[in-house]
Amino acid sequence: MAALTREETEALIQEVLEIYPEQAKKDRAKHLAVNDQSLEKSNKCITSNRKSLPGVMTIRGCAYAGSKGVVWGPIKDMIHISHGPVGCGQYSRAGRRNYYVGTTGVNTFGTMNFTSDFTEKDIVFGGDKKLAKIITEIEGLFPLHKGISIQSECPIGLIGDDIEAVAKKGNKEINKPVVPVRCEGFRGVSQSLGHHIANDAIRDWVLGNRDGDDSFPTTPYDVAVIGDYNIGGDAWASRTLLEEMGLRVVAQWSGDGTIAEIENTPKVKLNLIHCYRSMNYIARHMEEKYKIPWIEYNFFGPTKIAESLRRIASHFDDTIKEGAERVIKRYEAEYEAVIAKYKPRLEGKRVMLYIGGLRPRHVIGAYEDLGMEVVGTGYEFGHNDDYDRTIKEMGNATLLYDDVTGYEFEEFVKKVQPDLVGSGVKEKYIFQKMGVPFRQMHSWDYSGPYHGYDGFAIFARDMDMTINNPCWKQVKAPWKTDASSEAVKVAA
Amino acid sequence: MPSVMLKKNPEGKLVFYVPKKDLEEVAESVEFDTADKWGGEVLLADGSKYYFEPIAMPDFPITLRAKRLDSGED
Repeated sequence: MAALTREETEALIQEVLEIYPEQAKKDRAKHLAVNDQSLEKSNKCITSNRKSLPGVMTIRGCAYAGSKGVVWGPIKDMIHISHGPVGCGQYSRAGRRNYYVGTTGVNTFGTMNFTSDFTEKDIVFGGDKKLAKIITEIEGLFPLHKGISIQSECPIGLIGDDIEAVAKKGNKEINKPVVPVRCEGFRGVSQSLGHHIANDAIRDWVLGNRDGDDSFPTTPYDVAVIGDYNIGGDAWASRTLLEEMGLRVVAQWSGDGTIAEIENTPKVKLNLIHCYRSMNYIARHMEEKYKIPWIEYNFFGPTKIAESLRRIASHFDDTIKEGAERVIKRYEAEYEAVIAKYKPRLEGKRVMLYIGGLRPRHVIGAYEDLGMEVVGTGYEFGHNDDYDRTIKEMGNATLLYDDVTGYEFEEFVKKVQPDLVGSGVKEKYIFQKMGVPFRQMHSWDYSGPYHGYDGFAIFARDMDMTINNPCWKQVKAPWKTDASSEAVKVAA
Repeated sequence: MPSVMLKKNPEGKLVFYVPKKDLEEVAESVEFDTADKWGGEVLLADGSKYYFEPIAMPDFPITLRAKRLDSGED
């Protein structure tokens, strides 16, 4: 199917909106747009970060997911208590595949679930006593933990427990950081506010812990990798490139990260932001308080990697600049072989994405390196500044959809007929049953890493394996295939 | 009275950021921009205007309170 023109895309949006009642139609129309590269600001064409409409199937998460699942969860040597009923922590346990090194249950706790398991009694009488007891118990059972964070679930805010007081008392008792995080699920419109709350909690309770302590030896090449959650090993694939060019990675926020790394971050020379949406708040804070500049970078696909490495190097002296060139040169043969192998098989294929807060724009470059085209993209919880950055990355007259509903996404895919859809697990089986090749772009479909040059090879292989899989030809029952294709089969 | 985070971009221009509104915009002009007096009316690239109480030249980046004068939309 040929690319849609601007008019066709607009007509498609109108057609999809047709089914909604008047008010819902008016609201949803603001979230769907046709990309126009000539625009400087996204607020001229799309509205984002607004409350989802009751009755539509949104794909968003909650503030607790943003704080416990994304920002705090991967900090491996802390214990994160899911404070509230047992379900929130248990059903999201270890689902995000933030890889880490360590012995789980001894000095790292990433895949474990700690919860205060609220019951009726705790709602009626308050859960503060229980929380204090948990902190004491944790210290006894897991003495090698380096700190505790209290991730509030909805009821904590509703019944008005004073977790800050418990945290302060706990901190005195165990002499390790105890961080209360007010990330009750009902706050905000999506997980995005959870990221912000988590960032603020790090700012208020952790970041300044080593101010005035100069015992940590620094070098002029210290950087921190911020907003890389090490999904399937992503942060490791990124880190090797940075270290190879001569930089010293002091901290990983927060994939495979530790609380000591976070406390040492104010001593770095430059903050490197991968996931802008979830961690720009803390980077801006460090810029103001510690005068540490920050830059965004993108490690998906060789074009963007080279661009990013050079941009990172431009903040340092010539040895690093040479280092960047050396790294790009070293991997050149490797990634060109990947492109030579997969580009002929993937050239011209069209992709629709619907992901969280950075990948809807970051992975476009990687697809383009393989000769593929992204024809639609959208954020679950992006804000205006994310769309500002997306407009230039996307082609003209492509679809933009913010907080897309289940119905809209299905209809768009039916009409645009992409060769691949990249989204999350909730969308996966709908599209696979429709016979559309699908990759999970949150968890890399249990593959990865996709960052860095090493990741690009895996990315290319995975996309090829999905799109060119023979199973898609078998989706339709044999007795339902039409006569024309039957004839081809006989002839063959 | 939004809190505004101000910083200088690599080109030396003032960048205006309001976290609550996701507003990230370059300032076109600042009324007073000398070493001992900084502030007054600030015009942004999108046409909106903000007012800062004039102070001595601050050390950017910094967060300051601003008064919104004109949204630029009407």
